[in-house]
Amino acid sequence: MEEYLILMRLDLITKEAQPSPEQMQEYMKIYNDWVGSIAAQNRYIGGKGLSTEGKVIRSKDMITDGPYAEIKESLAGFIMIKARDLDDAVNIAKGCPILEGDNSVEVRKVVAVHGEG
Amino acid sequence: MNPGELIPHLFRTEYRKIVSVLGRRFGFEHLEMAEDITSETFLTATQSWGLEGIPENPTAWLYRVAKNKAKNFLQRQKLFETRIAEELRISDAIVEREIDLSPQNIIDSQLHMMFAICHPSLSQEAQIGLALRILCGFGIDEIANAFLTSKETINKRLLRAKQKLRDERIETDVIITQIEQRLEAVLRTIYLLFNEGYYSINQNSTLRRDLCLEAMRLCTMLVEYDLTNKGQANALLALMCFHFSRFDARVSKRGEIILYEDQDPSLWNTDLISKGGYFLKQAAGGKEVSKYHLEAAIAFWNTQKSDSKEKWERILQLYNHLLQLEYSPVAALNRTYALSKASGKRHALIEAEKLDLKGNQFYHALLGELYTGIDNTKALTNLEKAICLAKTPADKQALQKKVDKIRADT
Repeated sequence: MEEYLILMRLDLITKEAQPSPEQMQEYMKIYNDWVGSIAAQNRYIGGKGLSTEGKVIRSKDMITDGPYAEIKESLAGFIMIKARDLDDAVNIAKGCPILEGDNSVEVRKVVAVHGEG
Repeated sequence: MNPGELIPHLFRTEYRKIVSVLGRRFGFEHLEMAEDITSETFLTATQSWGLEGIPENPTAWLYRVAKNKAKNFLQRQKLFETRIAEELRISDAIVEREIDLSPQNIIDSQLHMMFAICHPSLSQEAQIGLALRILCGFGIDEIANAFLTSKETINKRLLRAKQKLRDERIETDVIITQIEQRLEAVLRTIYLLFNEGYYSINQNSTLRRDLCLEAMRLCTMLVEYDLTNKGQANALLALMCFHFSRFDARVSKRGEIILYEDQDPSLWNTDLISKGGYFLKQAAGGKEVSKYHLEAAIAFWNTQKSDSKEKWERILQLYNHLLQLEYSPVAALNRTYALSKASGKRHALIEAEKLDLKGNQFYHALLGELYTGIDNTKALTNLEKAICLAKTPADKQALQKKVDKIRADT
């Protein structure tokens, strides 16, 4: 098994695109079911959600507020999983519930810095 | 009560106390001597009480005899040590200090021994074995029975563990930082002890009940002690109370396992359920959510007999969380079962087929259950696989009943 990072990008900026607290609760349930399903297959390694607060540093004196976004989506969270190969990882990532909306998911293989990789 | 009944009873409650006090005082170097002196004390009682009758205060009598025997040992030890190393002037203080069998020191000694035994250099098996021997006063044959193995294996395991404690010069007195570091190991040992009693395929239900009660007793000591009265310890105790509340309802008079759905809730111990609720509330204080918190919350929902969608949805979310903390096949299977109750069998089947647990009895039993009424051929194939894999006649019978029911319905 190889390790893959699944990066989730959402529109965190446009006011109209933000869910209500009730919607948020519903989304979280669906999201947790998806992660629970990965964990039940013993393929979950770890993951975190990210706050909308942040800074972007381009050079020492060019710092801007907010998460980095060239497009309207910005990084909202990530999980690490175990998968046989990239296709397998993509298949798992396709189940990510944020894809029900106009969002995107990126899958990247983790390359070991030390040891075999 | 005659001595023949009283002594085994006292052995159950007092052996572990005396051996902990002596063991802590002597150090691991002389742990075996502490065990021998404690056993001899009961032997002396058997002989003396048979002739002279039971003394007025049998427990105090045992403590006095154990104290004297221990004092003699320490004096011999001192003689021996001063003879070989006179100039060292050691162990004067050791003999002078009274052997203290006061209630407070008994509790302190048991706690110290608990944390000393759960030393990181000992294997999990060794920790459990020593805990049963020293902290619970189980005999070698009882421990062998509990693990379905031979007395020789257990003897060897314990001897090796004690050798290790000596070789590594591990102290029987632990300090505060060690208590903090080892709390997790102590809780894990208690948790495994309980599971051994609750889930074991062992047919001896008295022994299994004792294992559960001992685990609960040790955990109670932890929540009654300031330094170890932590969220995790309370959560573990809550978990055990909730589970144990169903101990009697799980087994029929003929010794067959009664499945959860078929249990008579009036046999559930409501005192233990409310006790569990109390400890679960105590556990909620801190920030940490350990696997014991999650398992206790799941166990709480299992004490609610209702079959509501809400209940199963909550259980599903708890399993989602638990699996992220620590994967186990049992949790993966239970999550899938909760999913079938919350979202329907078809949905759960898609998830069940993703699990890589072929060859696991409970996996095939679950697939058999989920396919029933949807694809009975597949249901039968899986149930039959599960019967082949089942280890106890009771399990085989329960599965066979399901097979018969499908055959009768089609």
